[in-house]
Amino acid sequence: MSEEGMNPRRRRLLVITSGLGVVGTAFAVTPFVLSMLPSARAKAAGAPVEVDISKIEPGQLLTVEWRGKPVWILDRTPAMLKSLTEDTAMLADPNSTVTTQQPPYAQNATRSIKPAMLVLVGICTHLGCSPLPRLEAGPASGLGDNWPGGFFCPCHGSKFDLAGRVLKDVPAPTNLVVPPYSYLSDTRIIVGVGENEKGAA
Amino acid sequence: MSKLLAWIDDRFPLTKVWEEHLSKYYAPKNFNFWYYFGSLALLILVMQIVTGIFLTMHYKPDTKLAFASVEFIMRDVDWGWLIRYLHSTGASFFFIVIYLHMFRGLLYGSYRNPRELIWIFGVVIYVALMAEAFMGYLLPWGNMSYWGAQVIINLASAIPVIGDGLSQWIRGDFVVSDATLNRFFAFHVIAVPLILIALVFVHIVALHKVGSNNPDGVEIKKKKGPDGIPLDGIPFHPYYTVKDIVGVTVFLIIFCAVAFFAPELKGWFLEANNFVPANVLHTPPDIKPLWYFTPYYSILRANTYPFFGVEAKLWGVIFMGLAIMVFFFLPWLDRSPAKSIRYRGWMYKTALTIFVASFILLGYLGIKKPDAIDFILFKNVYWAQISTILYFAFFVLMPWYSRYDKTKPVPERVTWK
Repeated sequence: MSEEGMNPRRRRLLVITSGLGVVGTAFAVTPFVLSMLPSARAKAAGAPVEVDISKIEPGQLLTVEWRGKPVWILDRTPAMLKSLTEDTAMLADPNSTVTTQQPPYAQNATRSIKPAMLVLVGICTHLGCSPLPRLEAGPASGLGDNWPGGFFCPCHGSKFDLAGRVLKDVPAPTNLVVPPYSYLSDTRIIVGVGENEKGAA
Repeated sequence: MSKLLAWIDDRFPLTKVWEEHLSKYYAPKNFNFWYYFGSLALLILVMQIVTGIFLTMHYKPDTKLAFASVEFIMRDVDWGWLIRYLHSTGASFFFIVIYLHMFRGLLYGSYRNPRELIWIFGVVIYVALMAEAFMGYLLPWGNMSYWGAQVIINLASAIPVIGDGLSQWIRGDFVVSDATLNRFFAFHVIAVPLILIALVFVHIVALHKVGSNNPDGVEIKKKKGPDGIPLDGIPFHPYYTVKDIVGVTVFLIIFCAVAFFAPELKGWFLEANNFVPANVLHTPPDIKPLWYFTPYYSILRANTYPFFGVEAKLWGVIFMGLAIMVFFFLPWLDRSPAKSIRYRGWMYKTALTIFVASFILLGYLGIKKPDAIDFILFKNVYWAQISTILYFAFFVLMPWYSRYDKTKPVPERVTWK
């Protein structure tokens, strides 16, 4: 591939044609690459889910499916809510400072709109397993005497309290995600539509 | 007959190809046991493609149908159970054979000048094979398939800024779903196999250009007879084709014994949790990849400390990636005057032993829980951390120990009785 003695005009044309070829290839590849993004149907399947919460007993956990993910709805008892104020020393981010993990209206001490009713995406923030509920506090959980009650991920041992806040020194880096949700009435919530975007969906 | 051959040869270089790659491809006469695994890997590739084609005739890449279609193959398709077990057993044996093939390279310095490109093509084949195995594992849509894919694809989301978008692009959805299954099917049955075949082709073309290495690590092309044939070379066909047939026979006895009598091999080749259909709401209690990925899975989990303020999860992904990428640099890390372990000193022998031991230990720890004690003295996660350091030390320290190692004089010609 000797370029010696190559006519400068030919060389220039060669560079321009090759450059255009690369640009053209990039254009040609684009539709194929973009075809792999979530389809319109997959995005539409992200449709919000309405849940009747009137039948959840205090201390009971309901799991619903939203966007193919498990969403937990837990009606926390007063004792459970009390544990949230007592376990802060064990937590990595007790004040929920990572803003991507919950909507602004759930960035509070209980990580919820109404204090008792917790809504969480049941997917571990480490590598996406679904943690197991270990709601009972103390040694009965099998997670040690000072277990505050919460969720335990069997895959890599991450632990979360009853507000989905991550404990210190576990693989998961952040608190569990609170999905956008809002109350349609006292007994119905909608997962996927936030407080300030009602009617948008 | 000879007229037909002449007719073909005028139009297609049949005789030329036959001679160049078989009847007049001169390979060193001192090949030993370790030289079976290249041809065995080729055999398994063909076997996986053939069994795969027949599985595709009955399999359905749809989340509602996939699990049942695999059970259908197992129960209702004539001989379907055999074809499926040959394919699943073949996957594990592929990795056994490839790991032994790579170990041969480490033993005899087969990656050294002038075989760097053969080695690099080989590492790319290894990476493509991992992708092929990973995507194939999703297809039965068992619960371990689903959650394994969920965990591994989520590794991409550890990458800052683009991570979440990247993992959505890979899945084609916000979670592992029908879109993911369908595209993994496309990659597993056509895209990656095509790439694999092309890579194997260039791997062999490069090999036949420079000639095979041998257990002595000497270049047979340096000593040629008056006829221009290497003095220590023998034609690949019939000498090594016959030798390889013996290897194939012994291999098939072992392979068929497993495929017929223990295709699950106590959960090592097919996991119990994968005989349960995928359940989006329930992760299996202990989630682990199949054995051939566990060394890297261990390295991923061994990173538990956020060095320099970067979260541990990202370090895990970085080190897991590096653990594979580092193989590419091997030809330039080795500074020893001798290629073969036969003429190397104690340092390389020790380093290789430690490396193999740490790789096996990492693989063992990958199927165990990090917080338990299954080996000795310490928790599994600490052993995984020690083994990870030893794994990387083999490569990082190689420029030094390979240079200062006391080597024996390398003979001019291969040693052979």
